Amino acid sequence: MLAVRLLCSLLCLGGAGLALAQTALAVQPLAPGVYVHQGRIEDWGPENGGDVANLGFVVGQRCVAVIDSGGTPLLGQRWRATIERTTRLPICFVIDTHAHPDHVLGNAAFAGPGTRFVASAKFNAAMSARAPYFLRALERDFGISAPQASVVQPTLAVDGTREFDLGDRVLVAQTWPTAHTDNDLTVYDRNTRTLFTSDLLFVEHIPVVDGNLRGWLATMQQLARIAATLIVPGHGPTRPAGPEAWAPQQAYLEALLRETRAALKSGKTLSQAVDSVGTQAASGWQLAERFHRRNVTAAFAELEWED
Amino acid sequence: MKQKIGRRELAAGGAALIASFALGGARAQIKSGDKPEASEIWLKVRASLFENRPITNVGDDALTLDAPVRAEDAAVVPIAMRARLPHTESNYVAKLYLIIDNNPSPISAIFSFTPQSGRADIETRVRVDEYTFVRAIAETSDGRLLMRTRFVKASGGCSAPPGKDPQAALASLGKIRLRVDGDVVLGKPTLAQLMISHPNDSGMVMDQFTRQFTPRRFVRSVNVAYAGQAVLSADLDFSISENPNLRFYFLPRGPGQLTAEVVDTNQSAWKSSLDLTPSA
Repeated sequence: MLAVRLLCSLLCLGGAGLALAQTALAVQPLAPGVYVHQGRIEDWGPENGGDVANLGFVVGQRCVAVIDSGGTPLLGQRWRATIERTTRLPICFVIDTHAHPDHVLGNAAFAGPGTRFVASAKFNAAMSARAPYFLRALERDFGISAPQASVVQPTLAVDGTREFDLGDRVLVAQTWPTAHTDNDLTVYDRNTRTLFTSDLLFVEHIPVVDGNLRGWLATMQQLARIAATLIVPGHGPTRPAGPEAWAPQQAYLEALLRETRAALKSGKTLSQAVDSVGTQAASGWQLAERFHRRNVTAAFAELEWED
Repeated sequence: MKQKIGRRELAAGGAALIASFALGGARAQIKSGDKPEASEIWLKVRASLFENRPITNVGDDALTLDAPVRAEDAAVVPIAMRARLPHTESNYVAKLYLIIDNNPSPISAIFSFTPQSGRADIETRVRVDEYTFVRAIAETSDGRLLMRTRFVKASGGCSAPPGKDPQAALASLGKIRLRVDGDVVLGKPTLAQLMISHPNDSGMVMDQFTRQFTPRRFVRSVNVAYAGQAVLSADLDFSISENPNLRFYFLPRGPGQLTAEVVDTNQSAWKSSLDLTPSA
């Protein structure tokens, strides 16, 4: 009882938070045993409770794997409650697709003796470097103070591919060269040919470069060849697999690459490039005003070292 | 009598600032750009660097400070400080200080110029941790202090100051590029760019498993000369972004070599040079 109360004082926002914590998230059954909660197409912030990333879970005969835990400790609790309404099987794996707050700050809600946390082998280094900033943003913007200890560090590392058996159902987790981040991890369900792309695919929400632009474009070519039926992007609606699912993102990232190179060639400074590069290509995307200039910044800092 | 503060002492002062502000406890998180003069950290930095000397807030005619309203990418925020005052043998801007109040090491850079610089004008990129005031302070050769202040909002969401790919950064450590774009004209201030491939690690990232901090390693100083005469000397800190990038001016008065020497906190040193023949 004391432990419960302590846990709650760490993670809940008093009584109102507790009530909210029990409100289920909207979940869409995508394929047999595959469920997705689509986050809002918004920036991670208090106005949406951090509910902006797509979250998934896959149910096997023996247990459940959760793919991303939500953008705040509170959202993690709601996500867990939502899952437990659907299945009585235990959650054996929580798979963190990359070290960004909107995907993994709900981890603490799933911590327990039977649950193991899975991530890219590079996740912990990235999270260690970023956690203080994410927690400060959580406090500053959401008014949620979460202790450093609430950031769960995964103990099952993936470097290449690794299989996770849920009982008559195997998930394949796979790492990639630096793309959206340096620790992107995709999850593929063989039974239903569903591919959770992590943030290697954005739909409708403008892609965000926090890794390596050229690496991302190369990785997309590989991902488009996976024999999937359904694709769950990191943000935005689920898509049938096929080149059309990837085409808009590819067009945007290629324009970013092309125009940043041209800006560098013509001797533009970073500030000048940010004001001019890719404006047209960005215009069709949601949240372009929030992320496009940042993408140009990242692309510029990467490409200025090209020979 | 006022004593001039040497570079070494400044470096020591910077270290003290890190200890007292960053590791000493939680910093207040500010959200608005009101009352830049009341910023507690600024008052400490001010006392440490300038004691009680008067500092005049000036306009664009004397000094400009270009900084974005919001840090788009917290790891790479472009900043430019441009003195608009005369730059002659006897009367020039000798130093530009870059202060970022709410970074763990607020004294981010101190650039020293000579008459051979042609202009006191610097563009670089910094990390911005928090909502913060950013300050440019120009110190003239006759000892006046002039300041511009901007408020920069922290980036939201998933952007953070650490580098995007530490393995790649380490693999390319020490590559250095010195460039002059455009024509080099005799007696005309000429723009040059220095790019240094370096992770510029703050040493403040703790591994959650080992409870060890990653080793601190960042570019500490840059010295640029043309034809054997100093044009720029920079004391830098880890507020400067990964792969430090400086755009600056020098005044060519004849053919010569532009040389840059870079030293990091491990005492690793790199050099680059460029032979130039200015046109008349």
